[in-house]
Amino acid sequence: MNKVVMDGEEIERSITRIAYEILEKNRGADALIVIGIRTGGVFLASRLRDKISAIEKREIPFGILDVTFYRDDVTKMDNKPKPGRTDIPFSIDGKKVVLVDDVLFTGRTIRAAMDALIDFGRPKLIQLAVLVDRGHRELPIWPDYTGLDLPSSLWENVKVQLFERTGKDQVVIEEEG
Amino acid sequence: MKLHSKDILGMKELTPGEILLILDTADSFAEVSTRDIKKVPTLRGKTIINLFYEASTRTRTSFELAAKRLSADAINISTSTSSVVKGETLIDTARTLEAMNPDIVVIRHSASGAPHLIARMVRHSVINGGDGFHEHPTQALLDMLTIRRRKGSLKGLEVAIIGDIAHSRVAHSNIHGLTRMGCRVTVCGPAPMIPRDVEKLGVSVTCNMEEAVRNRDVVMMLRIQFERHRASFPSIREYAKFYCLNEERLALANPGALVMHPGPINRGTEIAPDIADGMQSVILEQVTNGIAVRMALLYLLSGGSP
Repeated sequence: MNKVVMDGEEIERSITRIAYEILEKNRGADALIVIGIRTGGVFLASRLRDKISAIEKREIPFGILDVTFYRDDVTKMDNKPKPGRTDIPFSIDGKKVVLVDDVLFTGRTIRAAMDALIDFGRPKLIQLAVLVDRGHRELPIWPDYTGLDLPSSLWENVKVQLFERTGKDQVVIEEEG
Repeated sequence: MKLHSKDILGMKELTPGEILLILDTADSFAEVSTRDIKKVPTLRGKTIINLFYEASTRTRTSFELAAKRLSADAINISTSTSSVVKGETLIDTARTLEAMNPDIVVIRHSASGAPHLIARMVRHSVINGGDGFHEHPTQALLDMLTIRRRKGSLKGLEVAIIGDIAHSRVAHSNIHGLTRMGCRVTVCGPAPMIPRDVEKLGVSVTCNMEEAVRNRDVVMMLRIQFERHRASFPSIREYAKFYCLNEERLALANPGALVMHPGPINRGTEIAPDIADGMQSVILEQVTNGIAVRMALLYLLSGGSP
C-alpha cells in the first residue's frame, strides 16, 4: 500500500519556505551556492536555486555532486552502484554551500557528500536542506532546513517523486512486501 | 550491475552490456582527473600490483595513476629488476605475489595467454595489460571511450584499423570490441601483416590504404613493431609510401574523422607528423581516457565476494 504524505502543492510550498529560510539565515544570497546530491537531490536543488534566484533577482551558482566515490560500503558490494558525473564548474573556496537531498535517512550520504565537497575546496560553511527527514540517523548529522519531518518505520520506503522524472510531484510511503 | 568474471582478460570475453557498464563508469571517473585534488577515497586499503614483463610507459603509468587516484596502494614490478632475472618462473612469481594478498594484479607478458594462466591459479583479480599478439583489452576500452565521447555513440560507425594487424594485440582487442558494439570495421595492411581468416571475426579486409580510409569515421593507425619483425621487414620507406597516414589520404575519410594511434608513434612511418599533431588527432585524448577506463575497471573488480 502506498500512502501519499505530500502532494505537489505542499512540495512547492516547502521549497518556497526553505528558499526564504536560507536567505533569512544567511542574510541574503552573498557567496551562496546550491549543490544537489545525485540522484534524488538534483531536481530539488535546481528548483530551490531557481526560487532563490527569482527572489534575489540574480543567478545563484548550481552544482551536482555524485557521492559514489566517497561511500563507505562500495568495496564490500558485489553489484557496484554506477557512479554519476559530478559537475561543480566553479570554486567553492569561501562560499556558503547549501547541500540539497530529497530524503535524509541514515546520514551516510551526507557524510560522503561533505567529504567530497572538502576535496573541492574549503567552503566557508555547509548547510543541509532536505525535503523529507525520515529519522533513523546512524551519524550525528542534522538538517538546517526541512520540508517535512516524517517519523518512519525501517520497513517503510519513503519515495520523493518529482515531475522532472515521474511526471508528478508527490512524496509517498511504500510498505515493503 | 556487475562483471561476470573476477578478471579482465580480453574483449572477446566481454558482453556488450559489460562493455557499456565499463564505458559509462569510466565517463564518471574521467571527471576526477580534472580536479585540483585528483584523488577520491574509493579504493582505500586495496593493493594493486603491476607486473610487467615487457617495456611500457603509458600502460604502466596509467594503471599506477588510476590506482593512486582511487587511493589504492600501487606497486610496480618490472622484470629487469625482479627475481625473474634470478630464474624464477612466471607461475612461481605469481604465487609469491598472491601470498602477499593483493586485490588486483595487472600482467603484461610477451607470451599470449600468460594472464589467463595466472588468472586460473590465483584468488585475486587479474587484468591483462597486453599479452603477446593476443589481446590488450584496456587499450580497446580506452579507444572506444575516446570514440564515444567524440561521436556520441559507437553504433554504425565506420572504423579502419591500419598497419601490422597480425602482430597487434591492440587490433585484435579492438576488432572484438568494436564489432560487438555495432561498428563496421575494416582492417588494412600489407598482405603478410593480415592474419589468415580475419574475415571470420566480422571485419572487411583490404591491402589498399586509400580504400580503407575512404568514407571512414575513425582511422586507427598501428605502430610498426620493428622488434617483432627484424629481418623480414622490407624497408621503412617502402612501408611509409603505401601505408603512412598523410594529409592526402586523410582527406578521403569523412569530414571530422578521428585519427587514433595507441602509441608510441613512429613519426613519418605509419603517421605523418602534421597529422599526428593535427586537428583530427585524438591521440593524447586516448592517453587521458586511459586513466578513466582503468579507474573504472579497478572500481568494478574490487571487493565483493570473489
